[in-house]
Amino acid sequence: MSLAPDSMLGARLPQVAVVGDGTVVACDRPSVAGSVTQRACTFCGSRVVLYPIGDALHLVHGPVGCAAYTWDIRGALSSGPSLHRLSFNTDIRENEVIFGGEKKLLRALRELITQHQPKAAFVYATCLTGVIGDDVEAVCRTATAEFGIPVIPVQSEGFRGTKKQGYSAACAALAQLIGTGDTTGIGKVSVNILGDFNIAGEIWTIKSYLERMGVEVVATMTGDGRVDAIRRSHGATLNVVQCAGSMTALAKMMQEKYGIPYIQVSFFGLEDCADALYQIARHFADPALLARTRQVVREETAAVLPELARLRTDLNGKVAALYVGGAFKAFSLVKALRQLGMRVAMAGTQTGAQQDYEHLKGLCDAGTILADDTNPLELAGWLASCDVDLFIGGVKERPVAYKLGIGFCDHNHERKIGLAGFAGMAAFAREVHATVMSPVWKLVPRRARHAARAELPVAPVAIEVAP
Amino acid sequence: MIALSATEAPAAKPQRPAATNTCRVCAPLGAVLAFRGIRGCVPLVHGSQGCATYIRRYLISHFREPMDVASTSFSESTTVFGGKSNLTEAIANLASQYRPEVIGVCTTCLAETIGEDTPGMLRDIARDASAPKTLFVATPSFKGCQHRGFHDTVAAVLAQTAQGGDRLRQINLLAGPVSPADLRHLREVVDQLGLPTILFPDYSDTLDGPSLAEYTPIPAGGVGLEQLARAGRSACTIQLGAVLDPGPGQVLLDRCQVPLKRLGLPIGIGATDAVFDALAEEAGTPLPDRLLAERGRLIDAYVDGHKYFAQKRVAVVGDPDLAAALCGFCAEIGLAPALVATGAATGGRLSAALTGLGIKGAEVLDDTDHDLIAGRLAALKPDLILGPSKSYPSARALGIPLVRVGFPIHDRIGAGRVLHLGYRGTQRLFDEIANTLLAHNQDTSEIGYAYQ
Repeated sequence: MSLAPDSMLGARLPQVAVVGDGTVVACDRPSVAGSVTQRACTFCGSRVVLYPIGDALHLVHGPVGCAAYTWDIRGALSSGPSLHRLSFNTDIRENEVIFGGEKKLLRALRELITQHQPKAAFVYATCLTGVIGDDVEAVCRTATAEFGIPVIPVQSEGFRGTKKQGYSAACAALAQLIGTGDTTGIGKVSVNILGDFNIAGEIWTIKSYLERMGVEVVATMTGDGRVDAIRRSHGATLNVVQCAGSMTALAKMMQEKYGIPYIQVSFFGLEDCADALYQIARHFADPALLARTRQVVREETAAVLPELARLRTDLNGKVAALYVGGAFKAFSLVKALRQLGMRVAMAGTQTGAQQDYEHLKGLCDAGTILADDTNPLELAGWLASCDVDLFIGGVKERPVAYKLGIGFCDHNHERKIGLAGFAGMAAFAREVHATVMSPVWKLVPRRARHAARAELPVAPVAIEVAP
Repeated sequence: MIALSATEAPAAKPQRPAATNTCRVCAPLGAVLAFRGIRGCVPLVHGSQGCATYIRRYLISHFREPMDVASTSFSESTTVFGGKSNLTEAIANLASQYRPEVIGVCTTCLAETIGEDTPGMLRDIARDASAPKTLFVATPSFKGCQHRGFHDTVAAVLAQTAQGGDRLRQINLLAGPVSPADLRHLREVVDQLGLPTILFPDYSDTLDGPSLAEYTPIPAGGVGLEQLARAGRSACTIQLGAVLDPGPGQVLLDRCQVPLKRLGLPIGIGATDAVFDALAEEAGTPLPDRLLAERGRLIDAYVDGHKYFAQKRVAVVGDPDLAAALCGFCAEIGLAPALVATGAATGGRLSAALTGLGIKGAEVLDDTDHDLIAGRLAALKPDLILGPSKSYPSARALGIPLVRVGFPIHDRIGAGRVLHLGYRGTQRLFDEIANTLLAHNQDTSEIGYAYQ
């Protein structure tokens, strides 16, 4: 197994390690120029976190591309208003580059707020409006005073860094809303969910578990989010953070400012989902709540185990690679794949931190390749050298797998299938099974190369032999 | 966002301060697409890494092919102190990873706004004899969309590569941002005519390639630099796109005196006759029987299907050249264009092109967004929409069938294999349009006859 594909840049070597050989993964560094990084920019980070707030106006202050590329591409559902599915943009042109875009921004806010009557507005700064020096904050103050709704600037200029900096900017924007609502009526056993994006309704699945446990959900900030709920979210007594990379900063802020403790969890996979619910129950130290939680876990697990066992018989021994945005998803995937009898040969993240990679090492088998901020050439090298049956990633990773004739599952926000919770694990298993067990892989050149000929079911040819 | 009409100009609306559901993407995307049609070329986007990543995701969702696009990954300090070191490092890193024949460098809003002298930096980098070749185009999105980015790149590449000299028995064919299937068909036609042709850009293989045993950093295919160098010696340039004025072929006329023939995209009998006849004339041979047979079958199909289009009205949404050509085809079969919309700012050239095609009574939305288009669709209630998948929400809301054409097609597979051009492409479009209208009638009728 080759650690470094032939074409790997020397500067990238420290960001790769093998489990068991004592090396560490260097991370938290800017992408190497000229490396085809799978990462995006600060704007992207802010946009993804705030995107699912369905009753807010999301106005991209910049050129048309930044808005076009983020129009309705994510599977974040809303139970009510769906303003987030529209793409609003100040469409900055040459004239504004020369004379400034503040006037156009204010006109845009006036027009859009009047038309759509949002509960709040987020104004995303982009590279362009950052460098032409627009005072977005001042325009937002004016609009706030004019319309009486929070109009919040998001400091998401793309050049500020990677998605990580964008997460911070989004958290800072959310922090401006939190604490401005009335907390009357919020009970003692109450949580906010941070960092679940309600892809295909996942947060509704999680909320149903919490309701059965007797836990009140005050705000689901980043999935099926609502401005008023976020404004009163400081009334909850616990913050449950799923996407740790994006939302831990906000949880820490709420701990400091409002004294709300937080826990980091993942709702992906049976093991992690059960653990998440138990962590929540234990926090409230109520034996009855813990008993109800056990009941939920027991019922939900029993409902899916037979199907998982059936699918596992086919998947046992298959090999997977994964490359995802944040580390918590990687942890859960390693465990979920193991539950299906599969081994992870390569795992990587765009934004993992040092302690995340150390934790990942503990979860993975010896010999597993770990990589930070990798690129298509490296991925293609590992997919081939590890001879994997499955690759898990996002849309940008898909063609690397497909071109090599390797199965692929989307675990990013563009997907339209719910994978969280217990039922989500069954959906994940079905998705993996449908991928890995497809007959098409027998035909691809990568497999055909190993065998003398593809093992295809063919009709027998009748040969008549003369007596 | 000015509403213009080919015939009756409704009062121009004041420019809106905001776009809702934009109908265009940015100029560097067009540059990346054009660069992918050069053999051994890796695109490099000079700016923040999000630009490259978003462009990759958008193109991957359409073509479903590897789309390696590098970025110079600007940071805050790059933005303050300039991007020269990032550009130098990126080119060196790309060279060692991809071993490209050439690196296609395009700029972003950011690089252009901070006043980077990117061509000057590339000249400095080129002083090192071991540095890979580069091609450069300036593509700030605040000046234009993907359509302009594409054609500006074609022009810039030709300006940087083509050399004059003795005329050769060959032509240049600039087909515009058409599908890989379209490019393959054009190649097939000129091959049948025995006409040596520099088809540029040519991403028919690079963006619609076979399953591979080993990952190739740069997919095989595309026009070679040595071919582009000879483009200045061609007998003529045939440039497709009725809205282009003058278009990238002008570069070869100005610099190398290569005559320029500007024609519309070959969709429909009339438009295809014009293009194929021009090619046959250059080849000095009549159209081969196989093409004439395709033409004959197409007219026969027009006759079989004509009643299904009578009194029907269509909305066409897309790149201006494609939209104009589709309108010409629709008018030819009696399907009346009621609304023609493009996100590109054509400065009235789309309207002029439609007038030139004899299209009357169509409302034209130039430099528009999908929100405005949705409003006009609701008012005009056409029977059919020809457009990209971004038209689907409107089509669904209004119950109007959508035939997907052009770019982007993000909700179906096979976008690269959608053939629009030639008699064959028109035949495919014709059958799909007729069958879509038939299916719509069938599905929405009370009885639903299986015999229509």
